[in-house]
Amino acid sequence: MNRFTFVDCTTVAEALDHLKQGSVAKAGGIDLLDLMKDGIVSPSMLVNIRRVKELHGIETSEQGLSLGPLTTLSELAAHPVIQKTYTALSDAASHAATPQIRNMATVGGNLMQRQRCWYFRSSEYNCLRKGGSECFAQKGENQYHAIMGNEICAMVHPSSTAVPLMAFGAQVELTSKKGKRTVPLNEFYIRPDESLLDETVVKSDELITRILVPAPAAGTRSAYQKYGEKESFDWPLADAGVVLVMDGNTCRSASIVMGVAAPTPLHAKAAEVVLAGKTIDEATARAAGKAAVDSATPLEQNGYKVQLFHTVVYRTILLASGQLKRDPSAVGGMA
Amino acid sequence: MQNEELELQQEKSPEQGKTGKDAPVHVPHKKDAHANPAAPPNKQASVAKRTDSFLYGIPQLGLSRVERQVPLNEPPPMPANADLKYLGKPTPRYDGVAKVTGAGKYTADVYLPGMLYARMVGAGVPHARVLAIDTTAAERYPGVRAVHVIQHVLGNAELRDPSKERPSRYPIVRYMGQPMAAVAATSQAAADEAAALVKVQYDPMGFVVDRDAARATDAPSVYPGPADQGGTAGGGGGPANVPQVGNVHGPERKNVGDVARGFAESDVVVEGEYYTQVQTHSALETHGVVADWKAEELTVYASTQGTSSVRNELSEIFKLPKSKVRVITEYMGGGFGAKFGAGNEGVVAVELSRKAKAPVRLMLDRREEHIASNRPDSHQKLKIGAKRNGTLTAIQLTSYGTAGVGTGAGTAGPATNMYNCPNLLTEEYDVFINAGPGAAFRAPGHPQGCFALEQAIDDLAEKLDLDPLEFRGRIDDSPARKVERQIILEKTDWRNRHRAGADPGPIKRGIGLSQSVWYRFVNLNSSCEVRISKDGSVELMSAVQDIGGGTKTMLAQVVAEEFGIPPQSVVIRIGDTRYPIGPDSGGSVTTGSISPAARNAAHQAKQHLLAAIAPSLGVAPDQLEFKDGRVSVASDPSRSYSLRQAAAKMPTDEVSARATRVPDYTRDKITYGGVDYVELAVDTETGRVHVERVLGVHDCGRPMNPLGVISQINGGILQGISYALFEQRIMDRGKGYMLNADLENYKILGAREVPQIDVILIENYIAQSSTDAAGIGESAGIIALAAAIGNAFYNATGVRMRRLPMTPARVLAALGKTDQEMHA
Repeated sequence: MNRFTFVDCTTVAEALDHLKQGSVAKAGGIDLLDLMKDGIVSPSMLVNIRRVKELHGIETSEQGLSLGPLTTLSELAAHPVIQKTYTALSDAASHAATPQIRNMATVGGNLMQRQRCWYFRSSEYNCLRKGGSECFAQKGENQYHAIMGNEICAMVHPSSTAVPLMAFGAQVELTSKKGKRTVPLNEFYIRPDESLLDETVVKSDELITRILVPAPAAGTRSAYQKYGEKESFDWPLADAGVVLVMDGNTCRSASIVMGVAAPTPLHAKAAEVVLAGKTIDEATARAAGKAAVDSATPLEQNGYKVQLFHTVVYRTILLASGQLKRDPSAVGGMA
Repeated sequence: MQNEELELQQEKSPEQGKTGKDAPVHVPHKKDAHANPAAPPNKQASVAKRTDSFLYGIPQLGLSRVERQVPLNEPPPMPANADLKYLGKPTPRYDGVAKVTGAGKYTADVYLPGMLYARMVGAGVPHARVLAIDTTAAERYPGVRAVHVIQHVLGNAELRDPSKERPSRYPIVRYMGQPMAAVAATSQAAADEAAALVKVQYDPMGFVVDRDAARATDAPSVYPGPADQGGTAGGGGGPANVPQVGNVHGPERKNVGDVARGFAESDVVVEGEYYTQVQTHSALETHGVVADWKAEELTVYASTQGTSSVRNELSEIFKLPKSKVRVITEYMGGGFGAKFGAGNEGVVAVELSRKAKAPVRLMLDRREEHIASNRPDSHQKLKIGAKRNGTLTAIQLTSYGTAGVGTGAGTAGPATNMYNCPNLLTEEYDVFINAGPGAAFRAPGHPQGCFALEQAIDDLAEKLDLDPLEFRGRIDDSPARKVERQIILEKTDWRNRHRAGADPGPIKRGIGLSQSVWYRFVNLNSSCEVRISKDGSVELMSAVQDIGGGTKTMLAQVVAEEFGIPPQSVVIRIGDTRYPIGPDSGGSVTTGSISPAARNAAHQAKQHLLAAIAPSLGVAPDQLEFKDGRVSVASDPSRSYSLRQAAAKMPTDEVSARATRVPDYTRDKITYGGVDYVELAVDTETGRVHVERVLGVHDCGRPMNPLGVISQINGGILQGISYALFEQRIMDRGKGYMLNADLENYKILGAREVPQIDVILIENYIAQSSTDAAGIGESAGIIALAAAIGNAFYNATGVRMRRLPMTPARVLAALGKTDQEMHA
């Protein structure tokens, strides 16, 4: 059963010595432990990287943000520069999971967590992702599943931080014994139509060693909003990150990412087009929200998520532009 | 099990009978209630009595006095709370510090020398005959000391005619996760791993896990013939000998007057359908025991709501005299109705302990906990007629609900018992599906029933153009709820609420309320011993358990009041069947049942003390009085002694007295209830509902510890919000598997969902016992909240929510924002 060796590392080099097929890097261990307890993964070796100093730390410079992958969500949420300049990122980090989990969960782990789907996460179901021949969500209980890109596999990726990071154009530095490579977060996740067995481009011998966020252009404003069934400790039903480059009231360009709409975080390109060059007001924001979900293909039970994404996109645009102080659906926000 | 020993304080309608069935206090059926009245007249006549004058009524309506015949050794009538020193005063939890520091030991904290750890094996399919169970690999697994294959599963309904089913060596599997076998090993990990090695060969049968689908004539049959849920110590057995067609068991019918005539006489009729979901108990502490089988005595540490219920069931199953079964529950982490009797886990742990000749700990994991029990769902059709003057003419309710492989999904309690109506017809059906059995769950049937009834009453008020609060005043006889409605009027913005759906923007606010009703059950299996030692220390002993409601604290207050000493100085030893028997804690019986026994024992121990020291003081015992913690000679107040000084004069090292609950002084029909008021906001673009404020005004006889009572109501209100907005069991129709048997996807409200809550208690003196106390567990918010939220939702949006829980999916569907309807 769950028999594995545990290797405690203090340097990246040491960790890379152990990373190979069958072993897995353990940072906060939040998702990994669940997956192991539920019998979804059974690595032969856990490579503990929590004590690798060089993977910690937040660096800010004129070039942008350089995040150690072991930065905890709590640290992200509390960082004054991130709060001011990369608001969507601190908002996302502060709304994930629970305070206790945010103290343990790392941003690298948050990006690397596996998708959510109760069929995938139960050992009772041998789904496509596990080499089976069926996506049980297609005709099963699919109220929490994807409304876009869901034809093959309808899992959703719940990473809260991936949403704003992708909207900010972040890059992920991957290191292996062969060297380093940098991958845009846009290309980090693998869609089901590309592969069912790989969810990210990260190879088994690679480690995330840095997450790089370019400095935003002048006039950039951003926001993130998430709707769950609950506010306390719940997965998003819909979330969005919006980064606007503003020139007065006019939007020069918009970057809009939706979180749990599809098996991977997804750029709402149609919505971005709607905003480009426009004055941001409620009407344009709503038009963008509508455009964001135009291509939705909801399943039997998740049609309501189309409405939720429409709303979360338009309201996050207004939050980013400063025309909405607080999402009225946030707790206390209706007051 | 102990029906005949129970006192029924009021006549039961069949609905209440079913309530009683669901509720831990077993109240069978009306005819039984008649056949077995609370206090047989001949028996009552034989008890010598005196007449006392008691406080009566509700302070807001003016207190009066009534005379009651009481047994001679009853203590004197208790004054109003205002005139007491410790009772009725907010008192911190007796064991609060022990609980938060971890010093209090729960069942899972019990370690015995040589203790083994067990894990059950659950069925991997929802419906099957079991061809073979191979335990060889599990037995050989390192560390394994015993393996047991279950021969009889508790909780499932049983066929009336067992010959309808081909005999089977093993129990038929009727739901996924049904306990099949168990393994005990030297570590939990070894037990878990060995359990996974038990191989079961199934011959699968068709299954159904959806209530609606199960009603179809061509649905797979969960049972091959009529089946009834057998009684357990938790109350058991839905209506027996009702018709059963396919999976549809019932109806249990109650007919008063003539509803057809009633509707014909009505000026206004409302009719609607309501759907509620399956809620699992989700107690923080899962079910579990540590069982220690020894030749001389079986000792079981159990997470239970009834130490006696566990002892009774184990004694019956293992053919042991009750004197050789000891059950201990010192600290308990919640049950909500799911933990009576030994349970499958209790029986299995004892089997394993007997086989392994070692103590065995078996705690359910969270998945097993979610599957072991639940509040049944419902699909209710409710029709109510009224006259223009605001009187009801007819109520007709048809309900279908599933308790999985069990019965007890009736919802007619509120419709039957809340309001005055001359014509009533209720028909309740249980629908069998291949899912875990329903069980008693905090006010069984009532949150479901209220969700329908109290929304329909609001609809009726609107049609009659009456204020819903005023309308209730016309049809509700309860004096307590009259006061409660008045308090709501005074303390809230009720009179200024806007018309339904008046807010212009996407965020819409609303105000609503609902009433609740619960009943007075008393369990005469309620005894206490109070002991005074020569050093002046006082202790109380009873087998009664504290399931979290604060029974220890309340008992300490009762004894403290009697002796005039602080509650903290009284030692309370409970939750052990070696002590005098205690009532099972369910149906809100505990405080009303045990507190008079505690007071009487304390009172009698005090008399014994006075009698013991009178000779050394050179006076007759009746010349001594005990007041404010001091013993003094009536004729010479200068001769006054503290309890400690007085006790030192005892000729022996201790005196003690034991008292048992006497029947209530009269058989008046008494109900309890409350009115819960809700303010909320609905975001019509996200379907999210935020409850912003709740005011609960509740009654429970004499509030013994307002802090504890309010704490229970806070919990009931939160559980009610959680039920209304979040909680639901989700079954995979494709495989019969519960998809959210965890605390991640089974959603329970958290800190951010907690609104401002205010609770106001009213005192309601009923002159029925030496304490006049009653429990609050059921009518503590859980009954009314979903309905109150539904009514506030309507006030906010102008749309009626007919399905629970009110998730974004269902709310957006109700608001017409999506064309998909979530099935409940």
